[in-house]
Amino acid sequence: MPRSNDPFSQDIDLLTLVLYLGCITMGWLNVYAAVYSPEDHTSLFDFSTNAGKQMMWIGTSAILIICIMVVNHKFFDSFAYLIYGFMILLLLLVLVAGANVKGSRSWFKIGSFLLQPAEFSKLATALALAKYIDQPGINLSKGKDLLYVCGIIALPCVLILASNETGSMLVFASFVIMLYREGLPGWIPAVGISVVVLFVLALMFPLLYIFIGVVVLLGLIVLLMPRYNRNISNLISLGLVGVGMMVVVVGVDFFVNNVLQKHQRNRIKVLVDPTVDPLGVGWNVTQAKIAIGSGRLHGKGFLEGTQTKFDFVPEQSTDFIFCTIGEEHGFIGSAVVIVLFLGLLARIIVLAEKQRSRFARVYGYCVAGVIFFHLMVNVGMTIGLMPVIGIPLPFFSYGGSSLWSFSILLFIFIKLDARRNALARW
Amino acid sequence: MLENRKYVVIGFFCLIGVLYLARLFYLQVLDDNYSLGASKNSIKRVIEVPYRGQIYDRTGTKLLVDNTPVYDLYVTPKQVRISDTAAFCRLMNIARPDFDSIMGLAVNYSKVKPSLFMRRLSKEDFARIQDALVDYRGFSPKISSMRTYPSHTMATTLGYVSEVSRKQLDEQEYPYYRQGDYIGHGGLEQQYELELRGRRGVKFMMQNVHGVNKGSWKDGAYDTVAVAGQNLITGIDVDIQQFADSLMQHKVGAVIAIDPATGEILASVSAPTFDPEMLSTNSFSKSYMSLLRNPYRPLFNRPIMASYRPGSTFKLIQALLAQQDGTLSPHTVYGHAGSPMRCHCRGGQDLRGAIGNSCNPYFYQVFRRMIYNNAERNTFKASAIGLAKWHEGVEKFGIGQRLGVDLPSERLGNLPDVPYYDKMYGGANRWKFSYVSSLSIGEGELLVSPLKLANLAAAIANRGWFITPHYVRGFGRAGAGLPAEYTQRHETGIDRAYFLPVIDGMRRTMVNGSARSVNLPTIDLCGKTGTSQNAKFGHRYDHSVFVGFAPMNDPKIAIAVFVENAGWGSDVAAPIAALIAERYIHKRTISKHVATRMMNAYYLPPAESGSMYRKPAPRRSRTDSTRTGQPRRTDSIPTPKALAPKPLMTNQPRPVQSAGLAGN
Repeated sequence: MPRSNDPFSQDIDLLTLVLYLGCITMGWLNVYAAVYSPEDHTSLFDFSTNAGKQMMWIGTSAILIICIMVVNHKFFDSFAYLIYGFMILLLLLVLVAGANVKGSRSWFKIGSFLLQPAEFSKLATALALAKYIDQPGINLSKGKDLLYVCGIIALPCVLILASNETGSMLVFASFVIMLYREGLPGWIPAVGISVVVLFVLALMFPLLYIFIGVVVLLGLIVLLMPRYNRNISNLISLGLVGVGMMVVVVGVDFFVNNVLQKHQRNRIKVLVDPTVDPLGVGWNVTQAKIAIGSGRLHGKGFLEGTQTKFDFVPEQSTDFIFCTIGEEHGFIGSAVVIVLFLGLLARIIVLAEKQRSRFARVYGYCVAGVIFFHLMVNVGMTIGLMPVIGIPLPFFSYGGSSLWSFSILLFIFIKLDARRNALARW
Repeated sequence: MLENRKYVVIGFFCLIGVLYLARLFYLQVLDDNYSLGASKNSIKRVIEVPYRGQIYDRTGTKLLVDNTPVYDLYVTPKQVRISDTAAFCRLMNIARPDFDSIMGLAVNYSKVKPSLFMRRLSKEDFARIQDALVDYRGFSPKISSMRTYPSHTMATTLGYVSEVSRKQLDEQEYPYYRQGDYIGHGGLEQQYELELRGRRGVKFMMQNVHGVNKGSWKDGAYDTVAVAGQNLITGIDVDIQQFADSLMQHKVGAVIAIDPATGEILASVSAPTFDPEMLSTNSFSKSYMSLLRNPYRPLFNRPIMASYRPGSTFKLIQALLAQQDGTLSPHTVYGHAGSPMRCHCRGGQDLRGAIGNSCNPYFYQVFRRMIYNNAERNTFKASAIGLAKWHEGVEKFGIGQRLGVDLPSERLGNLPDVPYYDKMYGGANRWKFSYVSSLSIGEGELLVSPLKLANLAAAIANRGWFITPHYVRGFGRAGAGLPAEYTQRHETGIDRAYFLPVIDGMRRTMVNGSARSVNLPTIDLCGKTGTSQNAKFGHRYDHSVFVGFAPMNDPKIAIAVFVENAGWGSDVAAPIAALIAERYIHKRTISKHVATRMMNAYYLPPAESGSMYRKPAPRRSRTDSTRTGQPRRTDSIPTPKALAPKPLMTNQPRPVQSAGLAGN
C-alpha cells in the first residue's frame, strides 16, 4: 500500500500546513476580537457568537481535510467533471430553492446554517479546468482550446451573476493567472490590465482628458519609434490600438452610467471618490480606513480596538476582518498577515512548478490565483485601493462556506503534492 | 519558456504585496488623521455638571437660593414596550396626541439613543410615577437640578441662571462654556459665577456607532471629577428683607440697609419686585419678556442702579465738610435772610436745629462760606477753588463713583466738579457760587444711588469711617474667603468730634424735627429726611427720601429709603425706615398700626407705556386693599391702571411668611 494514502504522512508539505494553521488561528482570534463586547466578556468558545461558530467551522474543516487526505488522489482527477457538473446543478438549484439573504439568492438554508454554493464553484471549476488542460495537445494559444476553457469558466459565472453575487463571479477572473502560465498569449492579460487601468482613469477624469492623453501617448510612441519601423502597417495598428482604447473608455463611461445598478455604480465610483456616497459605501470605506489607520505602528492591542468593536466598521467579522487586524495589531500585524499570505502563495507556486502532472500544476496555479485574488480585493477595499466587493479574506473571514471551500481548495492541492512526494521517493 | 512565466506571476504577487504594504504604512504610520478620526468617532466627552452653590442668609441657615432636584425623563424608542398606551398617558398626565408627537420626534432623532421625553418633573411627580415606570421599558430618569428661591425675595439682587448666550460664548477668554450650558445672569449669580459654578468634570466614554455608551475609556484614567460650587453666605436678614418687601408694595423705589460695623447689606429692596421663581429656568422665556415690558421696570435693580438727587439728606455731608473746613461750628446760627431759598421753618437756628428742621437757607449759607473760604477775591475764581476742595471732601464718602459693591452694573451717579461746570457754562470762570448753590441742599446736578446714601448713614453711624457695602459675607461659612476690600475701613477725612452735632441733629429730626410725626418711640433712630426734586421736572410729586441709623449710640443698622413720587421724606420714606430699624433691633414689629398704614399706602404712578413718569398722577390711597387686613404679598407686580390690565403673574403667588403683622 503506497504511503501516500496515509493522511498523516510526512509527504504533506509541512510549510504549507504551518502557513495554513497560522492563518486559521489568527483568523479565529480576530473574529473573536471583532465580535467581542467589552461589556459582557464573551468567551472565545461561546457558540452563540461568530467566534464560537468559527471554532465549529474549523473543527468541521479538519474533518473535511482528513477525508481529502484519505481518498485516493485519482478521485479528483477522475471525478473532476462530475464535481463540476454537480456544482453547476447546485448553482441552478439555488436560483430556484435558495434563501434570500441580503438581496442575493445564493444561499442554501440548512437548519440555521447557510451554505453558499458559489464558494465551492471555484474549486469545482479549478478541477474541471485542470482536467481539461491536462489533456495532451491542448494549446491555449489555439482559439478552439481557449474557447472551451472560457466556456468552462463562463458557465458558473453566468449562474452566479444570475444569483446576484457579482463579487464571487469576479473571482473567476483569477484563473487568468493559471491560463497565463499555461500558455495564454501574453497580450490577453496585458490588454485586460490596460482595460482596468483605463477603466479607473475613465472614472477619475473626464473623457476629453483621456482622449488627449491617449493621442499624446500614441504620438510619443510614433516619435520614439525607430525610423525603419515607421511603416504604414505599424502606424495603422497603433491607430487601431488608440481607437480601441477610446472605445474602451467610452464603453466604460456608458457601462458605469447606464448599465450598472446604482449600488454597484457607487461601489465603483467610491473607489476614486469616497465622498460620492458618504453615508453608504463611502462611509464603509472611510470607517475601514479610520479603523486601520488608528492602529498606528503597534496597534491598540488584542480586544482593545474601538472602531471595530463598536460597530463603526460594517461586516467586521466577515468582509472587513482586516480592519480588526489593522486596528488591534497595527502596521506590524497587517504586514505579518500580508507576508504570511505572500509566503503561502509563493510556496504554492513553487510546489505547483514541481508537479509532474499538468493536472496538479494547473490546479495549483488555480489555487494560488483564487487566494491571491481574494487577498488583493479584500485587503484592497479596506485600505481604499479597490472597490467594495463583498468577498472574504481566505482563512480569516468568518463563515463556514468560505472556510470550508478554501480549506478543501488548498488541501486537494496538498494531497496532490503529497502524492508527488510519495512517487518521487518510490 | 512557459516555465519562466512563474517569475512573472510571483513578481506580480510581490508587486501587489509591496504596494499594499506601502499603502498600509502610509495609512497607519505616516498619516495620523485616521487616528484622530477614530477618537472622534468612538470616544465621547461626557460632561458632569457640578452642583451649583446655594445662597444663604446671614445666619447660614435660611436659603435664598436653593437647588431642587428635578427629573428629566428620557426615552429610548427601540426599547419601548407599552401595552396600554392610554394608561401610560394617564400616568404621565399627557394627552395621546402629545405622546405620539413626542415619540415621533424621539424616533426621528434616534431609535437607540435616549431623547428627552419629559422635562423637569418635580420630586413629587417623579415619586408618583417611579414605581409604575418599572413596567414600562425604555424610559429612564436623569436627575438634574433647578434653581428655586425659598425666600421668594431679592429677585434683582440675586440674578438668575439661564443658558449661556451666543455673545457670552463668543466673548469668553477661556473656552469653558459651551452651547446649552447654564450661567449666572445679573446679580449675585453673575458676580460670583466662578465660585458658584464649581468645576466641571469630564468623563471619557466609549460609544458605539449608534452613540450608545459602552463603558469608560481607559478605565477613567483621564477623567476629572466634578467639584461642587461654593455656597454663598450673604449678610441678608431674611426677616427684615421680607418685611421691607411688604412695606414697599404699591410703591416704586428702593430700600437698602447696612450693618455699619461690617458693611454687610442686611436688606435690599427694589420696588416693585417679583418672585425670583418667575425667572427660574422652567418659566424663563415666558416671564422674562413680560417683566421687560412692564412699565415699572421691575428688572431694574434700583438700590444700586437708580440715580436720584439726594435732596436734603445731602445736608449731612455739607455739615460735616463745613465743620472740617472750619467755616461752621455747631453754634453757628443763620437766619433766612440773604438766601434765595424758601423754608418751612422759623429760621435762626444753630446746626443741630437746622439739621433737625432741614433748614434750606441755613445750608445755603454753610455751602456759600465753604465755597468762598479762600484767599481769592474774584468770586468766579474763588468758586472754582472752593468747589474743587468741596468735591475732594464729598468724594471720600463714595459719592460720584462706584463704591465697589459685589454686584455687576453699579452706577457712577454724578458729583459735579470744576471741569463739569466749566463745560456746562462754556469755559473756565464763567460760573460762580450762585450758579451752583442748589448743591447745598443736595439738588442740582448731584445724583446718588440709594446704596450710596445708606453708606453715608453707615459712615455717620461709625463716626468717620465705612466699609464698602457688600452682600456676601463668606464662602461656605461666614467670613471665609471674603476679599480684603470688604474688611478694610475707608476714612471719610472728617474728625470724630464733628459727627456728634450732626448725629444730635439727626436725632432731633425724629424727636421734634421734620420727621417728628412718624417717630417711633421704640427705637432711638437718627435720621434725615429728604425730598428729591422731581415735581420741578414735570412730575406732580417729588421723591420721598430718608437716611438714618439706629440705635443712636450703638448703631446696628444704617438705612436709606427712596420712594418715588411720594412727596416729602417724612411722609413715606421715614416711617418705612423706622419700621425696618425697629424690626431689626427688636426682632419684631411693635408699631403695627404704622406698619399697616405703610403697607397699604399706594404711590404707584399711573403708567402709560414708555412714558409713565411724564404724566402727573393724583395721590390716592387704595381703600380696597386696606380693608383686607391680610398679610400682603410682595411678589405681585402692580399692573398699570392706564393700560388694559393683564395679570403678569400667572403662577400662584406665595405669601411671605414672616412679613406683615401677624408675627410675634
